[in-house]
Amino acid sequence: MTLTALAFYLFATVSVASAFMVISARNPVYSVLFLILTFFNSAGLFVLMGAEFLAMILVVVYVGAVAVLFLFVVMMLDIDFAELNEGFLQYMPIGATIGLILLLELLLIFGASTQLVSQSALPQATPEGMTNAEAIGRVLYTDYIYYFQAAGAVLLVAMIGAIVLTLVKSENPRRQSIAAQNARRREDGVELVDIEPGQGL
Amino acid sequence: MQELLSSYYPILIFMGLSALITLALIFVPMLVAPSSPDPEKNAPYECGFEAFDDARMKFDVKFYLVAILFIIFDLEVAFLFPWAVAFGDVGVFGFWSMMFFLAVLTVGFAYEWRKGALDWD
Repeated sequence: MTLTALAFYLFATVSVASAFMVISARNPVYSVLFLILTFFNSAGLFVLMGAEFLAMILVVVYVGAVAVLFLFVVMMLDIDFAELNEGFLQYMPIGATIGLILLLELLLIFGASTQLVSQSALPQATPEGMTNAEAIGRVLYTDYIYYFQAAGAVLLVAMIGAIVLTLVKSENPRRQSIAAQNARRREDGVELVDIEPGQGL
Repeated sequence: MQELLSSYYPILIFMGLSALITLALIFVPMLVAPSSPDPEKNAPYECGFEAFDDARMKFDVKFYLVAILFIIFDLEVAFLFPWAVAFGDVGVFGFWSMMFFLAVLTVGFAYEWRKGALDWD
């Protein structure tokens, strides 16, 4: 049990520290790398709560794909990193206000959740005798089918939106024509020429 | 719960070991390696002459399109995992539910194929 507590404090400390580094690092590329560290530690926290499926999905989807996408976006923007830090004081009041509102909301949620926990038992992340993924699979595709199909629709919209926004048609696309390749005979491409010595072509 | 966590115990040991090795690789050279710092050693260097411009250049937006399409199909596969694990329990309804989900995404796949989003040029 002490090992669990130790692991929790380790993951929590590193994730909070690296989340702080995400917003305070000067170079946005370092910010993305710290974000990856935050994701990994959050995955560790999920495992400690018993939600191992979510933890693995966090690693696969967020670390494997979303962080790479963030890196692309950061590197696609042409940012002057020195200039970026100049507006810090200018945006400080509005940023602090939003942060304060979020903090208040989090405190409200925290207060409400402690009341809820005292009233009823906390739902178990892992039901007895089955794995996490199986517990999700039993309800997601049947009981929660509308949310599941809505997720499919959202993914479709995201796919079409990404294509519409970023696809640039090139003027002369180089496509492979397999029929033309197969129809090509040796006579079309090879010519044997008998050259007399000393005369050249 | 305790059983689940104890199955992750080897990973915790691995993490501890990797942290130990990483820290050792950072701090041992500080103590043993010979060091003669020089500002020229940190200067940008491009085959004998000064660097022309910043090493960080703008990417083509095509990379972004490939990455975002990868994320979408990654998420689709993430939905397939619990379905495959609980396949015996979801029944016919769950089976067709997933088939409809896959059909919706296949429509998107056909769209991106027809649009030429998968071609590089």
